[in-house]
Amino acid sequence: MTAISERRQLAYMAAQAADSRVNVELETGGMTLNMGPQHPATHGTLRIVARLDGEQVLSAEPLMGYMHRGYEKLTEVRTYLQVTALINRIDWLGSFANEVPFILAAEKLMEVEAPPRAQHIRTILFELARIANISLFLGDMALQLGAQTPAFYAFRDREYVLNNIEAATGGRFHSMFDRIGGLKDDLPKGWIEETRRSMVKIREFCVIMEDIILGNEIFEARTRGIGVIPAEVGLSYGLSGANIRASGVDWDLRRDNPVGLAWDKVDWKVWTHPDGDAFARFWVRLQEVRESTFIVDQLLDSLPSGPIMAKVPRIIKVPAGEAWVSTENPLGEMGYYIVSDGDLMPFRTKIRSASFNNVSITPWLLKGVFVPDIITILASLYFILGDIDR
Amino acid sequence: MSGLVLGLDLAYWQTTLIKVLVAAIMAPTAALILGYVFLLKIMSFMQSRLGPMESGPYGLLQLIGDGVKFIQKEDIFPEKADKWVFATAPIVVLMSTLLIYVFVPVGPDLVGEPVETGIFMTLAVSSISVIGILMAGWASVNKYSLIGALRAAGQLIAYELPMVLAVVGVVIQAGTLNMQGIVAAQANGEIFGWGGIGNPFIITQFVGFLIFLVAVQAELTQTPFDMPVAESEIMGGYQVEYSGFRFLSFFLAEFATAFAFAGIAAVLFLGGWWIPGFDFDSNTLNYLGPIVMFVKIMVVSFLVFWIRFTYPRFREDQLQTFAWKVLIPLALANIAVTGVLKVVF
Amino acid sequence: MAQLPGLIKGLGVTFRTMLEPNVTVQYPHEKESPAPRARGVIALKEENCTVCMLCARECPDWCIYIEGHKYLAPPRREGGKPRQRNALDRFDIDYSLCMYCGICVEVCPFEALFWSPEFEYSEPRIADLLHDKTMLGHWMTTVPDFEQYEAGSEAKVKKVPR
Repeated sequence: MTAISERRQLAYMAAQAADSRVNVELETGGMTLNMGPQHPATHGTLRIVARLDGEQVLSAEPLMGYMHRGYEKLTEVRTYLQVTALINRIDWLGSFANEVPFILAAEKLMEVEAPPRAQHIRTILFELARIANISLFLGDMALQLGAQTPAFYAFRDREYVLNNIEAATGGRFHSMFDRIGGLKDDLPKGWIEETRRSMVKIREFCVIMEDIILGNEIFEARTRGIGVIPAEVGLSYGLSGANIRASGVDWDLRRDNPVGLAWDKVDWKVWTHPDGDAFARFWVRLQEVRESTFIVDQLLDSLPSGPIMAKVPRIIKVPAGEAWVSTENPLGEMGYYIVSDGDLMPFRTKIRSASFNNVSITPWLLKGVFVPDIITILASLYFILGDIDR
Repeated sequence: MSGLVLGLDLAYWQTTLIKVLVAAIMAPTAALILGYVFLLKIMSFMQSRLGPMESGPYGLLQLIGDGVKFIQKEDIFPEKADKWVFATAPIVVLMSTLLIYVFVPVGPDLVGEPVETGIFMTLAVSSISVIGILMAGWASVNKYSLIGALRAAGQLIAYELPMVLAVVGVVIQAGTLNMQGIVAAQANGEIFGWGGIGNPFIITQFVGFLIFLVAVQAELTQTPFDMPVAESEIMGGYQVEYSGFRFLSFFLAEFATAFAFAGIAAVLFLGGWWIPGFDFDSNTLNYLGPIVMFVKIMVVSFLVFWIRFTYPRFREDQLQTFAWKVLIPLALANIAVTGVLKVVF
Repeated sequence: MAQLPGLIKGLGVTFRTMLEPNVTVQYPHEKESPAPRARGVIALKEENCTVCMLCARECPDWCIYIEGHKYLAPPRREGGKPRQRNALDRFDIDYSLCMYCGICVEVCPFEALFWSPEFEYSEPRIADLLHDKTMLGHWMTTVPDFEQYEAGSEAKVKKVPR
């Protein structure tokens, strides 16, 4: 009898400990709202437990991990080529962007530099991934706010970019194109013309989004002044990407640390906004999509000729050492810290994903907002669950 | 429908039966037509896609298939729910919709019941649906549907006022509450002495028309006022516990009400069953009237649904602020100006 | 309410889109063909395979099943030694596991595996998604030729052995 009751006691204590962070049993007033793992408002399986007082949020906490796939452990038992195939799927909307920091870190350890043509094409595909990712965000945030049509425009115009990525790499979503020392293959004939046409379409899409959403008074009423992140708070939580640029911080890794890719060879601008509210985040991302189309156009004009792959051995054994490379991914700053012991497989990879830090600000941000504004704020922070949970 | 149309002399119970049948058939048919044209097809075209194409030619049978699907579902309701209130709520909402069909005229003699206080009676019976929604939210024994129902009730009651006030402007200009009288006033009226196209009130009462349209959008809980229904964070509001035939009633009621309100807007502002510029005798208009009304209803519905598919939604407090601080003063100003101009001209 | 144009412009966008032709491709009746490099299905040229097992080893999902045996082929010239050769008994790819990464195609040293953009091979039973040697050989007919490269490229266009 004693053993059972002891076990029961332990189970009860464990449940209390799990719930104690949410303080369910202590407070009498207020209602606990559980936006569960399956929810139309969260981009995937994110669970937010919020305590409400009427319409206002007293405290909110994101509980993640429902999509944890064990990436960092998997990379310990996969060769570098196989890891490249896997990490496409971390941020599945802008998948080429996930491969680049990993490959660059491995190249740093091997002391190999990809030829200029490869770096150039890497940048083009990186920006295409950014366009594909952020244009979906533009439609999706409008959808969260109730407008049903802009989401369809986003999917429709994104198709052109995805078709371009497929023509070059073979896969619409998971490109699997970056290799240590360069790229897998060169661009097919006619690709440059088609990509230029898609860029024109994306620019039209940006104009459509400005007309239908950005200038819409209802949208402005829903997003201006909502979810304001001051610059210091954002930086202290480790926000990155458009989230921190919308709070006025002028920080873009493409300009500050181009790690060999071709961003310093073209003329472009970093967009910031002083307000730091949900409207600012939408605005900054819209401008970034347009800026990316200009970057791609310039890169397509100035494509150097040359080999696509440096001289690397057939069986790749990366020398022992540690390397960290981070890039300005569509979601924020993504980085890989590879520890290698000279074998076919990495010894340990640490993946720094942008959305994990972007979501960590939610408890601070959601205090005192109204319930409909939870949706606005989550939509404007823009995280992808695969990126949070890996 | 008066027996004069058919040329027969029918007893009272026969005419009443015909009226009841026509209203009962018209409501679901109207819902189907609006649902197919706007929800399935126009919405799809606005979103650059085709909509249902496989079920029937061009997807015409899709809604009928949906109806069959809803009817054959299991009838479930929450354990602690108040069964009687739960079951009656959709019926109350549907009933208020069907009652509107009785009062809207589609021809000089084609009206269910020509009452003297036509428009007042119509607006009054259309507000009964608020009680149905509150019943639905309460009987669902669900915190979130209660919140949704309370929000819906607050919104619907708040937007009743601008709707009624917008109509007052029309009534002042027409001089009568009777719907047929309002149509006649538009048919026989003149704009500053020119009687070419009569005097459809949309020209002089355009402010009233806009306020009426916005209020109708809110009454139907369509975006941008659909916070009670499309609550993506608190499920489906008061409809969440309903499934099968009861949900079908809510759905039908929403579209049938849209049709009916578009009909009211057509009568009040666009001239109802009367065609501007032509002068037909009463019996021809009895046959042409329904067609004309249908066209006008489609135009008004297009406006309603066009706005629905384009805009994001308001937050609750912004919605209420909009009604109380913007629409009502505007409507009152409209009434004042109309009254002054009516006396002067 | 001073900036009404924002609301009106939005309405204009949806109205214009309603009148434009839509982009839907009604799938079973009309079909789009994917890019030649699209990763649809893997095709096997059996004559080139030497059962080196590199593809089966490198596959991250272990979805390739290979069995082979050694046999002695007759000598090339009179009086020579019989040569030891590998023969392919079984080469199955399980498409219910395959993640279409392309590592097998890339590491094959003997040009025996090729990508084909064919994608309409779904089956009602999962077990039928195991494509055997014959079926993989059949996919070779759908493999397109390698495309020309863009100007400025120094890569050579490979040929598909037919």
